[in-house]
Amino acid sequence: MNVLILGATSRIAQSIAAEHAKDGDSILLAARDRDEVKTIASDIQVRHSKRVLIGDFEATDFDSHAGFIADAVEALGSIDTAYVVFGAMGEQEESQQDFSAARAVLDVNFTGAVSVSEALAAYMEERGEGTIIGISSVAGDRGRQSNYFYGAAKGGYSLYLQGLRGRLAKSGVHVMTAKLGFIDTPMTYGLKTKIPIASTEATAKALKKAAAKGKNTLYYPWFWRFVMLLIKAIPERSFKKLKI
Amino acid sequence: MSTLARQTLEGWGRYSRVESDVLRSESRRDLIAAVTSNGNHPVLARGLGRAYGDAALLSGGVTLLMERLDRILEFDPETGWLKCEAGFSLDDLVRIFLPRGFFPPVVPGTRFVTLGGALASDVHGKNHHISGSWASHVRNVELLKSTGEIVFCDAENNSELFWATAGGQGLTGIILSMEVRLLPVESDAMDVTSTRVRDLEEFLGASAAHQEWPYSVGWIDGLARGKSMGRGNFIAGKHAPAGSSGKAGILSKLPRGLVSGKFLESNLLLNGLSARMFNAAYYRKQFTKRSRGTTSVYPFFFPLDAVDRWNRMYGKRGFFQYQFVVPPDPQHLALKQLLKTISESGTLPFLGVIKEFGTESHSGLSFPRPGVTVALDFANTGQNTLDLFTRLDDMVADAGGRVYLSKDARLGVEDFRRMYPEWEEWKRVRDEADPLNMFQSELGRRLGLVGEMPT
Repeated sequence: MNVLILGATSRIAQSIAAEHAKDGDSILLAARDRDEVKTIASDIQVRHSKRVLIGDFEATDFDSHAGFIADAVEALGSIDTAYVVFGAMGEQEESQQDFSAARAVLDVNFTGAVSVSEALAAYMEERGEGTIIGISSVAGDRGRQSNYFYGAAKGGYSLYLQGLRGRLAKSGVHVMTAKLGFIDTPMTYGLKTKIPIASTEATAKALKKAAAKGKNTLYYPWFWRFVMLLIKAIPERSFKKLKI
Repeated sequence: MSTLARQTLEGWGRYSRVESDVLRSESRRDLIAAVTSNGNHPVLARGLGRAYGDAALLSGGVTLLMERLDRILEFDPETGWLKCEAGFSLDDLVRIFLPRGFFPPVVPGTRFVTLGGALASDVHGKNHHISGSWASHVRNVELLKSTGEIVFCDAENNSELFWATAGGQGLTGIILSMEVRLLPVESDAMDVTSTRVRDLEEFLGASAAHQEWPYSVGWIDGLARGKSMGRGNFIAGKHAPAGSSGKAGILSKLPRGLVSGKFLESNLLLNGLSARMFNAAYYRKQFTKRSRGTTSVYPFFFPLDAVDRWNRMYGKRGFFQYQFVVPPDPQHLALKQLLKTISESGTLPFLGVIKEFGTESHSGLSFPRPGVTVALDFANTGQNTLDLFTRLDDMVADAGGRVYLSKDARLGVEDFRRMYPEWEEWKRVRDEADPLNMFQSELGRRLGLVGEMPT
């Protein structure tokens, strides 16, 4: 299988790459920080004795995305599975004070993710097969005052993926929305919470398995589905008074 | 992007404990940014936290976790040279490379250490008499300085900086990566010979008789007095030839974390009575005078790693490991005096390890030097434990010996200077490499190894 990972420098992406390398899949890692991508590629190459391709990808350079996908197809031979992993949490406070910061959050997490997913969709629709795994977040399930730019972008991306899933279903292309809860990344590091934080390795395994099974929406860790059900059930007149 | 988190960090012995701002770098770029744009506070790199005392602790600064900078950069199976980031662990190394016929050139008693930590402690193992310490097997050590400048050093290039960095407790800069030459082995098993020794003379006799064996070590009953002082088991080993297989033991087959010291966390568990029972049982475990067999590398090199977080078994009060080396002496006067003082102190050691070192492979702040080294674990029972160590420090320093800084939590600056006479030269090199005194640790402050940062 040929796998494309966009936003390959996060630890989740590294774990996804390792999971697929174990299966002997061919992998193309793409991200902005070329040195870091090279490091990750060499690591996977030595650990799993599997050659890894690398590419330059900039989430906010929307115009480059179609060309990037064409190049990736050429390099890999085909794209069977693509993971859209990149994202940036931003700082809520900063986004409120400076719209350019808010816009950067929207550009990366929504517009960039949609733009490259569209390019992938066009390729896979024509080919009549493939899987797109969009990494979204439970933060997109309900707008919260502490994190609403990121939440809005992720929520928007979830809706986009939902629509895309319907469009591509008839072409034999599968789209999975992965709504991640607390994963051991910089977004949660140091968080004082009783809620268990999942390792990136376990997350990668769950993503691969759920996509193989053809799941439409994956909440990971699983209990977040119920946490978000509860959070969504709180009436708005009470919710707006909660400091979350 | 990485965020600062306020955390309580402990040394492995749990006696040393600090509140620190912790930053886990997710990439090399992250780490460099943390050092170059950090404002004006000290920093310290931390690996897997196996230093017993305060070597990997820093308060009032930023502790930089290296765990995610653990990538393999290159491997040449022809020569065995492996290039890795500093956060790569010996655990990963053994898991990945032993099936390919390679083993680390030197391993300490745990495989849960990073390569950066191994160099900063200049770790030694059971093969010191043949292979020297960690520093003898590395080249192209990549070091990040406080200016953001990156320099490469080893025995040939920037040799003075390398000299200070190996065993330098992370105080010369941040080790980013290094090349280490792995040892080719034919199997994952060890041929082992074990001899019950009734006293110190027998241990030293057995040690001398097994000089040709690449690995040797003894388990010593630190409680035995008088004629049986120094009794224990002497063990020598070598990598077994192709086709051999050794049993790994039931503990190492279970998933990690299942057998964990955290379930036995208590201040009462390890006391005088259980110390006596443990040591007697360990001595009697070797039923016959001599035995030979084949075992897996795991129980041979890393017996304690089978129990996750075994340090918790000493409870919240924590424990100390006192490891010293005294120079060779045909009559072993200092060694005997030290063991006598310990066994008669009323402060009872648990596990004891004894080993004869080979020639000195690295000087500076590196610990190993010719002679006999003994490491003993003591529960922290308060001031009496610390008083015993103060007495031992004097005796060790008088004999021209030293204690191991990576295990230490309490040595005084006077005794330190007597034990490590090259400290001044070491500090000169350190200060030249880091004139801002950005790289600090609790150990560095305690032993006067690094001054304050200019404000």
